Amino acid sequence: MAIIEVKNLTRKFGDLTAVDDISFTVEEGEVFGFLGPNGAGKTTTINVLCTLLKPTSGEAWLNGHHAVRDQAKVRRSIGLVFQEPSLDDQLTAEENLNFHAILYDIPASARAKRMEEVLKMVELYDRRKDSIKTFSGGMKRRLEIARGLMHYPRVLFLDEPTLGLDPQTRTLIWEYILELREREGITIFLTTHYMDEAEHADRIAIIDYGKIVALDTPDNLRGLVGGDIITVKTTDDQLAAQEISQRFGFQVNEGENGLHFEVQKGEEFIPRFVEQLPLEIHSISLHRPTLDDVFLKFTGRRIRDEELSAKDQWKARMKRQRRPHP
Amino acid sequence: MHNLRAIYIIWYREVLRFLRNRSRLVGSFGRPILFLFIFGSGLSPAMGGLTQGMAPEGGGIDFVKFIFPGIIGMNVLMGSMMSGISIVWDREFGFLKEILVAPINRTVVALGKTLGGSTTGVIQGLLLLVLAPLIGVSITAEMVVKLVPLLFLISFSITSLGVLIGSRMKSTEGFQVIMQFILMPMIFVSGALFPMRDLPSWMNILVKINPVTYAIDPLRKIIFEAQGLPASVLEMLPQAGLGVTLFGHAVTMGEDIAIIALFGAVMIAVAVWMFNIQD
Ligand SMILES: Nc1ncnc2c1ncn2[C@@H]1O[C@H](COP(=O)(O)OP(=O)(O)O)[C@@H](O)[C@H]1O
Ligand SMILES: [Mg+2]
Repeated sequence: MAIIEVKNLTRKFGDLTAVDDISFTVEEGEVFGFLGPNGAGKTTTINVLCTLLKPTSGEAWLNGHHAVRDQAKVRRSIGLVFQEPSLDDQLTAEENLNFHAILYDIPASARAKRMEEVLKMVELYDRRKDSIKTFSGGMKRRLEIARGLMHYPRVLFLDEPTLGLDPQTRTLIWEYILELREREGITIFLTTHYMDEAEHADRIAIIDYGKIVALDTPDNLRGLVGGDIITVKTTDDQLAAQEISQRFGFQVNEGENGLHFEVQKGEEFIPRFVEQLPLEIHSISLHRPTLDDVFLKFTGRRIRDEELSAKDQWKARMKRQRRPHP
Repeated sequence: MHNLRAIYIIWYREVLRFLRNRSRLVGSFGRPILFLFIFGSGLSPAMGGLTQGMAPEGGGIDFVKFIFPGIIGMNVLMGSMMSGISIVWDREFGFLKEILVAPINRTVVALGKTLGGSTTGVIQGLLLLVLAPLIGVSITAEMVVKLVPLLFLISFSITSLGVLIGSRMKSTEGFQVIMQFILMPMIFVSGALFPMRDLPSWMNILVKINPVTYAIDPLRKIIFEAQGLPASVLEMLPQAGLGVTLFGHAVTMGEDIAIIALFGAVMIAVAVWMFNIQD
């Protein structure tokens, strides 16, 4: 049996259907990504899988245990790094991990060794006696990852693991994630709305308005878009569009940056195109399809990093660096 | 065993957080000092000797001594309520998720939280005893030994009430409302801060149905008993409005304790039940 199995899962909040009849399986050892814009239903799906929320309908199994009937067994099988920070910042790193270890019933004899192991993995061993208050956003995230691993889970859930972090820290977090997959051989289920991060996954489910619109390896998904995308600006775009569709037989779309169309082997096509188009070309560019193009193809919209408005980014960052509460 | 260890670690975190939080410690000490000296000494002359004319030996219970047990009670109640509803802080700051997704049941979480709050409540009550000598209240070992379990019971009940209220609350915005519109009125109509003598009858009814009344009463009994007052004065207390009378019968310490224990049992049961509701 697959390590995660989800069948016709639906979760509603009043009238809003946050997760809408999704089904998928995740194989053991996979890095499985949920990619979708804010509000797509990623966190809600994780909350149902980790037993924090009950499904409205449908079923899910983790490590062979039913997500509603066998909650305790599911909980023992999974580790979680939530989207929102979840450390106690009045405690030290070690105290946070110790709290976790006891809640997960890790025998006292194994506790210290495992704590050292996971802390070394995220390079926080030297800071173990320090209060979380003194940690940066990235360090807190790393500690949360270490904590999620303490009890040897079979699946590690990472909900937007790099949200609110700066680019260097994001890269660093990814190094840890990919390394721990090698070292611990566990299955990783992650969500993100960053295209480039989704590329790290073995398989990706693209989710929008609670529905999975596509699910495959990043390469195969890109393949669905077709060929490379050529963007061109000319003296007369309208005429050019006509020419391109008549002479070359491509479907042309008009965008902000000019006309764009898909071709196979774009780099070989460009010289021929420039030679044959009876119009002056201002600019021409080629790009290989990205997951954003895949998203565009399936939903008619783009998810860009700006999707998270400047205000949300700021809020996420503030939450990460927030001062302790009384 | 796992459950017991889980209760222990949740309890331990509560206590640790309390001890590490300077502002909470200072607050739990500063507030009562303010009440005791400003309110107490300000009103003292106006109130006069509360037992005057009742004991020929002039058993000296002035107003400051009278409100001292009430202020201890008030401090414990406010601290306990805060501990209970701090579960909303845990929710808002994300830590509650870490607890709720662990392989322990929610009853364990609620119990750990409540026992932790009760412990910090006892500390906040006992701390105030250092003020006793300043107002001429003497402390005896017997009194302290009796106070600890009583304070624990009182604190347990009110922390449970706090957990109950906090169990479904989503944001901390309602905190002030709860403190000012639930807890403060309960304290004010409990005999903590004024003698229950010649009260208007509606007020009298409120006082008698208020569980806090039965928390303050035994505190006062224990502390007064330790003051070496003549037995005749102690007997007079209910009559002077310094003790609770129900249907003409002076409520005993045992009855007080039974009433709070019952209240606490109902509160913790409802709190656990509410907390177990899963979204
Ligand atoms: N507890 C809740 N109550 C009501 N609506 C919710 C709740 N949690 C999430 N939602 C709504 O469900 C939708 C999906 O949210 P979420 O799963 O958090 O999306 P994502 O993680 O993909 O950004 C959003 O429209 C969100 O507002
Ligand atoms: Mg989310």
